[in-house]
Amino acid sequence: MQTALEDFFRALRAADVRISPAEAIDAHRTVALVGFEDRVLFKDALCATLAKSAEEVDRFDRIFETFFTRDSFQAAPPSAEDGEGLEDLPPEAEQSELARMLMDGDASALAQAMEEAADRAQVSQIRLSTQRSRLTRKLLEEMGLSEIERIIAAARKSEDARTEAAGLRLEAARKALSQEASRYVERQHELYAAESGKNLREDLLARKALNSEGGIDPVDQAMMQALVKRMAKRLADRYSRRRHVAWTGHLDVRRTLRKSMGYGGMPFDIVFKTKKIAKPSIVAICDVSKSVAAAAQFLLTFLYSLNEVVDRMEAFAFSGRMISVNAVLDEHRIETAILEVLKQIGFQQTDYGKSLEDFCEQHLDQIDRHTTVIILGDARSNYADPRLDLLATIQKRSRAVIWLNPEPESYWGQGDSVMHRYERFCHVAKQCNTLAQLERIIEDVLRTYIPH
Amino acid sequence: MTSVDALIEGLSSVGYIASRRIATALYMAVNLQKPILVEGSAGVGKTELALSTAALLGLPLIRMQCYEGLDESKALYEWKYGKQLLYTQILKDRMGVALADAPDMDAAMERLHGMGDLFFSEPFLEPRPLMKALREDDGCVLLIDEIDKSDEAFEAFLLEVLSAYQVSIPELGVMKAKTPPIVFLTSNNVRDLGDALKRRCLHLHIPLPDAALEKRIVASRVPGIEEKLTQELVSFVQSLRTMDLRKSPSISETVDWARALILLNAESLETEVVKDSLNVLLKFEQDIVAVEPQIAELIRRPLA
Repeated sequence: MQTALEDFFRALRAADVRISPAEAIDAHRTVALVGFEDRVLFKDALCATLAKSAEEVDRFDRIFETFFTRDSFQAAPPSAEDGEGLEDLPPEAEQSELARMLMDGDASALAQAMEEAADRAQVSQIRLSTQRSRLTRKLLEEMGLSEIERIIAAARKSEDARTEAAGLRLEAARKALSQEASRYVERQHELYAAESGKNLREDLLARKALNSEGGIDPVDQAMMQALVKRMAKRLADRYSRRRHVAWTGHLDVRRTLRKSMGYGGMPFDIVFKTKKIAKPSIVAICDVSKSVAAAAQFLLTFLYSLNEVVDRMEAFAFSGRMISVNAVLDEHRIETAILEVLKQIGFQQTDYGKSLEDFCEQHLDQIDRHTTVIILGDARSNYADPRLDLLATIQKRSRAVIWLNPEPESYWGQGDSVMHRYERFCHVAKQCNTLAQLERIIEDVLRTYIPH
Repeated sequence: MTSVDALIEGLSSVGYIASRRIATALYMAVNLQKPILVEGSAGVGKTELALSTAALLGLPLIRMQCYEGLDESKALYEWKYGKQLLYTQILKDRMGVALADAPDMDAAMERLHGMGDLFFSEPFLEPRPLMKALREDDGCVLLIDEIDKSDEAFEAFLLEVLSAYQVSIPELGVMKAKTPPIVFLTSNNVRDLGDALKRRCLHLHIPLPDAALEKRIVASRVPGIEEKLTQELVSFVQSLRTMDLRKSPSISETVDWARALILLNAESLETEVVKDSLNVLLKFEQDIVAVEPQIAELIRRPLA
């Protein structure tokens, strides 16, 4: 049972249910306690030890069913009523256990043999879908396919009609068996490899440049959205709650003395200083013009997700002019919100100077010394006045200005890009064109850590 | 406690109708001596499960409500400052007498060391819920309610208690439970709990019940309710749950509503009665406004 359980853990891990060695030990203790005669009890008990959240319970249920359910073996050969049996086959057949099982249609023995052969062929080590046919072949060979093929060949040559008929029957059974084997391998692939393939793809996506040639493949859009949402959730979990850490090292003399009054001057209640972590307050300004159109969608998605977590966040979008998109993000669902923003001001000619002017005229009061300003854009101003003075004003009023540019640094300052001129007024100016980079930078901001 | 079926039976005898999954998790928790983390939306009977277990086993229940800012001194122990203060006063009075005949300073110090240090000792210890639970020699049920409301630091502090059933008090040393308590932690998922804590617990998610289970719960919680009324009210609540509401009614609301209906002498669901008592079931004005026009239709709709 141990190897079966270990395989089961591997399948669960592949499906993103985290199982540590300690949990594996618990699971073994569980099995020792409840046994596995009662399937429901076995399942519920394992579920309680292994799955740690509602989503994991769902995944556990799915994996459990796939893993511990065996379809009834369908390799049963055509009925043996007309009498051709094992004894009619050529003499080689007498030695072959597999031939006997096939001719008898002994489904449970066949299933057992397949499990054992799968163990030897290490089918459960499958990683890629391309391995399927090779592993199927290997599985069949481990079961003794070559013997069967020899028997069939011998039966074909035989003169005896009964032997020939028996050979045909064996051949049909062999066909059914190989179908069964490929189904088996398919199921193993689903158990161990399907999720890892998905993880790999997500990993690649997180690193893919958002403004790469041709943009993001439409096929990947949905996955990307999910990825962004998960990212924002992760950040939210980490930063949305903590407001102060106990900083128990330094005595707060003033408050301790005050508290000691009640005890006749005896300092019984000792008060330590605590450090307050200010909740981040963010002003995000997002370029949605033509040149950054591909990236803009995801920047907006990220803004949207962040908007749900950070209490004090103001979001703006601009291309020719600047508008506040807070209301749009609050009211609409994510897909429509992004479309709405793009519809209102998207895809126009960028004018950084004008947009900064709009911002300073209407929204400058939203920036105080606690605010971090994040600007997402490529700083391509179509040769218009970049209004550096306005960015300087913003910098003076805010805690930090962070500029995230989807273009690589070697492009900054080329053509109509004024990134190098803006850069002087930013605390941080970084290239940011993958989701992974975006997450790292936003995390820095949320930690209110500003590198110099 | 001998088998899962016996446990289901036992829980229902104290008025808790448990599904198989719940009973299995409880059975495992008792046998593996692991705490059990119960998740689920508000009002599905998380706290009630702990109360019923205590009633079933005849053990005392020690309850600790978590909140932001909860710390060791409120959860584990505190020193009885007042008594310590008095003790120092007594000490001061007695000191002169006791040390009067010492010839020199060294001898006086010697005698002082010999007196025994009572200042940080058990008589001055004020046990809080966690320590109380560890000191129950015959075992008890410890309910740590809404653990997700507490700070992360407190969660880390709990790890020692939950895995080894012991606490370290710097002044006294390690204190270990003779009989490990049965620990329930409940969570509403306000925040994600740390992996270290989750790993130490068995996990149980209590979903909203299906119609059959809910009917049994109502029948058990509200004795004397008519079969017909139960049927109607459960199917009404179940169809409410399929609607897009801010807060779907959970079991406790169903039970409250059943009690309210009995109080109103309702024999079956009528539009008027439902309208008047809807505020028992739904806790948001928007939800009530959304449901009100559909009441008649919801009553007529048979249970799918």
